[in-house]
Amino acid sequence: MGATKKIIIEPVTRVEGHGKVSILLDENGQVTRARLHIVEFRGFERFIQGRPYWEVPVTVQRLCGICPVSHHLAAAKAMDVIVGADKLTPTAEKMRRLMHYGQIYQSHALHFFHLVSPDLLFGFDADPAIRNIIGVIKKFPELAVQGVMMRKFGQEIIKVTAGKKIHGTGAIPGGINKNLSIAERDSLLKDIDQQIEWSRGALKIAKDYTIEHIGELSDFGAFDSSHLSLIREDGAMDLYDGGIRMIDSQGNKVIDHFDYQNYTDIIAEEVKDWSYMKFPFIKDQGTENGWYRVGPLSRVNTADFIDTPEAEIARQEFKALTGGKPNNLTMAYHWARMIEVLHAAEKIKELLHDDDLQGEDLVVKGERRSEGVGLIEAPRGTLFHHYKVNEDDQVTMCNLIVSTTSNNVPMNLAVEKVAKKYLSGSEITEGLLNRVEVAIRAYDPCLSCATHALGKMPLTVSVVDHNGQIVDKKST
Amino acid sequence: MTGTAKKVLIIGYGNPGRLDDGLGPLFAEEMEKLQLDGVTVDSNYQLAVEDSAAIAEHDFVVFVDADVSGPAPFHFERVVPKHHMSFSSHSISADALMAMAEDLLSSKADAFMLGIRGYEFNEFGERISPEARKNLDDALVFMKHALEDCDFAKYVNRFAVEGR
Repeated sequence: MGATKKIIIEPVTRVEGHGKVSILLDENGQVTRARLHIVEFRGFERFIQGRPYWEVPVTVQRLCGICPVSHHLAAAKAMDVIVGADKLTPTAEKMRRLMHYGQIYQSHALHFFHLVSPDLLFGFDADPAIRNIIGVIKKFPELAVQGVMMRKFGQEIIKVTAGKKIHGTGAIPGGINKNLSIAERDSLLKDIDQQIEWSRGALKIAKDYTIEHIGELSDFGAFDSSHLSLIREDGAMDLYDGGIRMIDSQGNKVIDHFDYQNYTDIIAEEVKDWSYMKFPFIKDQGTENGWYRVGPLSRVNTADFIDTPEAEIARQEFKALTGGKPNNLTMAYHWARMIEVLHAAEKIKELLHDDDLQGEDLVVKGERRSEGVGLIEAPRGTLFHHYKVNEDDQVTMCNLIVSTTSNNVPMNLAVEKVAKKYLSGSEITEGLLNRVEVAIRAYDPCLSCATHALGKMPLTVSVVDHNGQIVDKKST
Repeated sequence: MTGTAKKVLIIGYGNPGRLDDGLGPLFAEEMEKLQLDGVTVDSNYQLAVEDSAAIAEHDFVVFVDADVSGPAPFHFERVVPKHHMSFSSHSISADALMAMAEDLLSSKADAFMLGIRGYEFNEFGERISPEARKNLDDALVFMKHALEDCDFAKYVNRFAVEGR
């Protein structure tokens, strides 16, 4: 291998909001640098400016077609602050929680069964003609059906709590616009035990895979890091609300129960010239060291306990693998994600048996404020929504920190570690390149906060030599 | 009402916050207003695997999406089921979705794609460009006509409303 090569995994256009991986090889075929560039539109904050605040929980769903519910709820929580609703009614809070657990459940299930399971079930080097969802359908049809039905169940919860898929209106400033009817409740209850059973099965696959492959995974894009998430007052995992907790790689609490209304006191965002995305960091630790991970791995790491019985047992097993210390394996995201699937299913069942969901007291109001922050633990991690509103009820400022942004540095680290370990000095094969994608996929990044119009390819892989000539190309 | 006893599912998809990418959902909204018997209308930001369950319950599926580079005002083509894996997005293509419905749920549905030509995509905004709106109107006329006999196969490769 004489010439310097640059391997690029990139989208055809910027329209969809894609990722691009560039891997630079020196003349000896050694990886010198690997970077993940995520193309993200930054115009959304301006799009929101000037709109009346009560429209925002609906409008922000336009930001992302993958997790509109997370944006809907984070914006609604920020607008609760604006309208002075410091404590929602039990019906409102529980309806929102049900909506949120439905979103977590369907998002995690889809990611695991349809995007991740081919890698886990067939291996990273398996023939790509088999290592995909059709391979799963042929060899493990029952798993593929479960993935569809789990996703469908979560979407049904969203439908009865949020309304239309493309225009969810359930959460409004200060509360919710409907309760759960008995018929809606009973329709969901008839399926919940089956859903819990499937969740147990998915968890077992993820757990067994991690333990059986611990040797390889311990050096697969793994690195020490801080972990950040919301945490309930008593230290329990809480995906809907709480204070900010950050632990270091050894589990020491660096930040705990911090009021997220003041998040700008501890978190800032850096811009780098090679990426369209911002890089959030903890101010006290600076731009070099202040990065952190978010998402399922971080949430299971930061929680003192989980308040549903089966997920708590699973959490304890997860923690036992690392002697109670935080688990820093990139690939452990999958195990943690499936613990959350079981937790979400258990919480959904608990909520469906709660009569508060049929309450009639839906909205509260208080003293009007001009600024509000809403945080939620979205499927991919902590999601920040921050707004300022003028006396004419118009939004004058909007700042969002999405989960994938927080995981920007970690994903880049994972890509570089995997590229250096597997691609250096080797003939570049599909299986080796797939390892880079496997590392990124573990974080479940949201690369599609945008359009997807017909005629767009999601991804291509190009190998470019030092003269800029494409010497190899792969589409995924 | 369709002119036959066949059950038709129309899924318009796209992001109404991304200008002409909202053509699919807007098409669905207009079709829904007609309240046609035998026609189920759905819309979403993108296609998703659970749509396979609804597909399996219908005879025909028409996907409606904005098209960034096809002929104006629209084109109509058959969707051939085909498996392929996306990289990390939670969306799924129409052909992969049909393959999933066929393999997992024994769907026998015939599927077609109605691509409506759009022109503006690269900004946030809840409006459709005037040119795309005209294309949408033509596509609506076309679909109402096609639903009369549900013989969708004869319209494959159709690019315009007859007589225009």
